[in-house]
Amino acid sequence: MSEKEPLFSPKNRKLIFNPLSKDNPITVQVLGICSALAVTVKMKPAFVMALSVMVVLASANVIVSLLRNTIPNRIRIIVQLVIIALLVILVDQVLKAYVYDVSKQLSVFVGLIITNCIIMGRLEAFALGNKPWPSFLDGIGNAAGYGLILMIVAFFRELFGSGSIFGFQIIPDVWYIKNGGFYENNGLMVLSPMALITVGIIIWVHRSKNRDLIEKK
Amino acid sequence: MENLVNIFVKSIFIDNMVFAYFLGMCSYLAVSKTVKTSVGLGLAVVFVLGITVPVDYLLHNFVLREGALAWLSPKFAEVDLSFLSFIMFIAIIASMVQLVEMIVEKFAPALYSSLGIFLPLIAVNCAILGGSLFMQERDYNSIAEATSFGLGSGLGFFLAIIGIAAIREKIRYSDIPAPLRGLGITFIITGLMGLAFMSFMGIKI
Repeated sequence: MSEKEPLFSPKNRKLIFNPLSKDNPITVQVLGICSALAVTVKMKPAFVMALSVMVVLASANVIVSLLRNTIPNRIRIIVQLVIIALLVILVDQVLKAYVYDVSKQLSVFVGLIITNCIIMGRLEAFALGNKPWPSFLDGIGNAAGYGLILMIVAFFRELFGSGSIFGFQIIPDVWYIKNGGFYENNGLMVLSPMALITVGIIIWVHRSKNRDLIEKK
Repeated sequence: MENLVNIFVKSIFIDNMVFAYFLGMCSYLAVSKTVKTSVGLGLAVVFVLGITVPVDYLLHNFVLREGALAWLSPKFAEVDLSFLSFIMFIAIIASMVQLVEMIVEKFAPALYSSLGIFLPLIAVNCAILGGSLFMQERDYNSIAEATSFGLGSGLGFFLAIIGIAAIREKIRYSDIPAPLRGLGITFIITGLMGLAFMSFMGIKI
């Protein structure tokens, strides 16, 4: 890549937009599923989680990419883990300081960003072999793809499970059975297995739109 | 003693790492294509969790938590190092995994080559770090409790991965809609297995 390449050349734009659909970290690369499912009961924690992952992933990508020629190959995993752990500690402290209730809801899952496979996966696959700016874009793009799936899953789970979106009540109160109506929240959506089934359905829809992603027998 | 058994059973069935908390999903999905490799990975996870949780328990209680350093000298009684716990835990885990890798390479070369890349990746398996973080959050009273929690969670992961591997081996012969093939159906099966495991939730122990 030459020095004079514009910041948002077509190649760089691809880095941001490909992970949103064709190369999505969750539905195609199968990375970072652990945390994606556990935090999607409500949209607010899911949004905070996606934002935290974006901060950590973009900064870790830039740092590793700056250091890529000095990290000895044999110990690179532990070096990467230390860098990620440092960034996650920073994020955790910031969350505890400013959005304490969300940080309590996320509980151990903020710490688990360290072992989120998206971050290790992108560091290994991209940042170790590319310059800082493309790595930064790659980090933003992949985190956005991850966040997108998180928000879709959280949207359905919160809408059907609690009748609200971002904490605002969407289903009118008078509809509920307890107020003499006909509607009842679907308690199943709040339970963890429904997150898996929702992601399964998202994959199904996504792949039937992009037929080239279908797995061979 | 009864308490230990309770924690053990609870962490296998009720608080199952995979079905209740989705931890270790990445390797769970990636390695579960055949029963043989998933047995290997499951055993490795049981072993690593059984070691790292008690070690991290000691670390948490004698170094990191607020006032933990009081045994060293009374003037450290107010030191709170718990913000360091992520980085310390991951360092312990990474070194333990390295140790396990060397042992397996020496004594079971066949298993070593069949596990391949996944053995070092246990270091970034969320189930392992998750075990330590849950141990910290739930505040177990003794190292025996922490150990039985670690072994139980490992065994829960072991059961889950063997179950899904067995199902995936059979499902290869069935006619699944093409876009759902592979990853999609695995997610949905895992969800159904999770629903089945939820029936344990009513058990009070």
